[in-house]
Amino acid sequence: MQSPANRAGPGIGDKSALGIVRHSTHIAAMFASSAPTDVIRVTALAKRFGEVVAVDGVSFVVPQGETVALLGGNGAGKTTTLSMLLGLLLPSEGSIEVLGEDMLRHRYRVLHRINFSSPYVEMPRRLTPYENLSVYGRLYGLVHVRARIEEIAEELQLIPFMNRPTGSLSAGQRSRIALAKALLNRPELLLLDELTASLDPDTADWVRSYLERYRTRTGATILLASHNMGEVERLCSDVLMMKSGRIVDRGSPAELVARYGRRTLEEVFLDIARRPDEVAAQ
Amino acid sequence: MTTASSEREVLVRREPSAFSVRRVTAMVLRYLYLLRGSWPRVAELVYWPTVQMILWGLISRFFMTHSSYVAQAGGILIAGVLLWDILFRSQLGVAVSFLEEVWARNLGQLFVTPLRPYELMLSLAAMSLVRTLVGIVPAALLCIPLYHYSIFTMGLPLIAFFVNLMAFGWAMGLMVSGCILRYGLGAESLAWLAIFALAPISGVYYPISILPGWIQPLAWALPASYVFEGMRAIMLEHEFRADLLLQALSLNALYLAAGGVVFLAFFRAVRRRGLLLQMGE
Repeated sequence: MQSPANRAGPGIGDKSALGIVRHSTHIAAMFASSAPTDVIRVTALAKRFGEVVAVDGVSFVVPQGETVALLGGNGAGKTTTLSMLLGLLLPSEGSIEVLGEDMLRHRYRVLHRINFSSPYVEMPRRLTPYENLSVYGRLYGLVHVRARIEEIAEELQLIPFMNRPTGSLSAGQRSRIALAKALLNRPELLLLDELTASLDPDTADWVRSYLERYRTRTGATILLASHNMGEVERLCSDVLMMKSGRIVDRGSPAELVARYGRRTLEEVFLDIARRPDEVAAQ
Repeated sequence: MTTASSEREVLVRREPSAFSVRRVTAMVLRYLYLLRGSWPRVAELVYWPTVQMILWGLISRFFMTHSSYVAQAGGILIAGVLLWDILFRSQLGVAVSFLEEVWARNLGQLFVTPLRPYELMLSLAAMSLVRTLVGIVPAALLCIPLYHYSIFTMGLPLIAFFVNLMAFGWAMGLMVSGCILRYGLGAESLAWLAIFALAPISGVYYPISILPGWIQPLAWALPASYVFEGMRAIMLEHEFRADLLLQALSLNALYLAAGGVVFLAFFRAVRRRGLLLQMGE
């Protein structure tokens, strides 16, 4: 079965024997066939910092209810892409549509329907988790802030440390607080950047299970930036492989493994990562 | 299956409006939590105005026996100090609350919520008011038993002075916060230094007329100068100068607009450069 990310097919042109994607210049036309249920539609997105090209004309869609991974090494452009999706970073070129809204013009129409978590931002450390979640609950316009906090605290097993300063908690506990913040408004779209990077295997496994349940229960869409292959194979129906700011391949984990003749996604990742940039640029 | 959308409709009050008092109060609540959880922060608010008041009270007491100028109106220096501190606290209140977000690496989280930049600006101004009152009121009250001078005897004009100095402080605070947003913690010291650069030409302790002629136009471009001249008119001539008040208000409208524009312009520049996620210690 063709994977959802491939269904729209933007940016996929000819594939070389090595599975390298050549980007089409007729991306907008290709989007014409995409279904209206796409939660994210990115077209020819680029970001340049002076001479440095951080993201180089990427295009993709994320259908509703899917968990899709942005997979790539350090500096591949994952966080930059997520930042542009959130509106924290203005693109140099391209367009972004989230939940049917143009994020460059109308991001405030959808920000209450999405949320994100990233190790690059923190919750204020001097405030307790309860205080932090109270502030964010109000910012997201929740009706019954206290009730929602109590609910999410119970679900994520945060109750024992809800009234301790956030800065005094372990990295794992803080990650769960960050996840609670990310789920506070029951987002239809969840953007997660290296979600389990600071977690021990047990806690990471618990968090992944929780996310799987959340997605199944609510039909939420998740875009996950990661370089944890196990996490991606477990959670994601589709993978967008990034390298040097480009999407160099895409497909379900199984499709990618089969296409590259490898046994695991990690081997596929290494295959792509160790290939010279010039080859990827073709 | 329940969808995230239907669950959220029950959970969320309404579609976000362009301005929300609730979001502003959420940010005020965030800063109050911070203040409540840190007694050194509260102590610091009270400490400096009180120390300033004591120091200048003593200097004032000395001059009252040696200077005919000051002798005309006991407390003129103390009033200058207290009013100057309103301006300083107001500016610092905006900048430090903003710095709290930078130190906490929280800006990235805030700006993916429906919070608008101008709502953040309003919450910073509201917190500046709280911080200023916490700092100034105890010092002003302490002044009464110590030096037998009450700044409250100025009456209603004191409110006009307070409003103008707060507004000018907010404008300066927004400009400083914009610089911190754009240039990072390298510009942190501006929060404490910027306003002091204006002190010598604001006529806090002496009339603008004694400044060198070439610098007087600069002084009259500052709303604070009109406030301090107005203060002297009340204390020395027992006259309320409405013209000075109006000029201060007009200038403040311009400065506040400029402060907002500078902050928003730097906010956009930061979004272009991708600094919101990187900002921090």
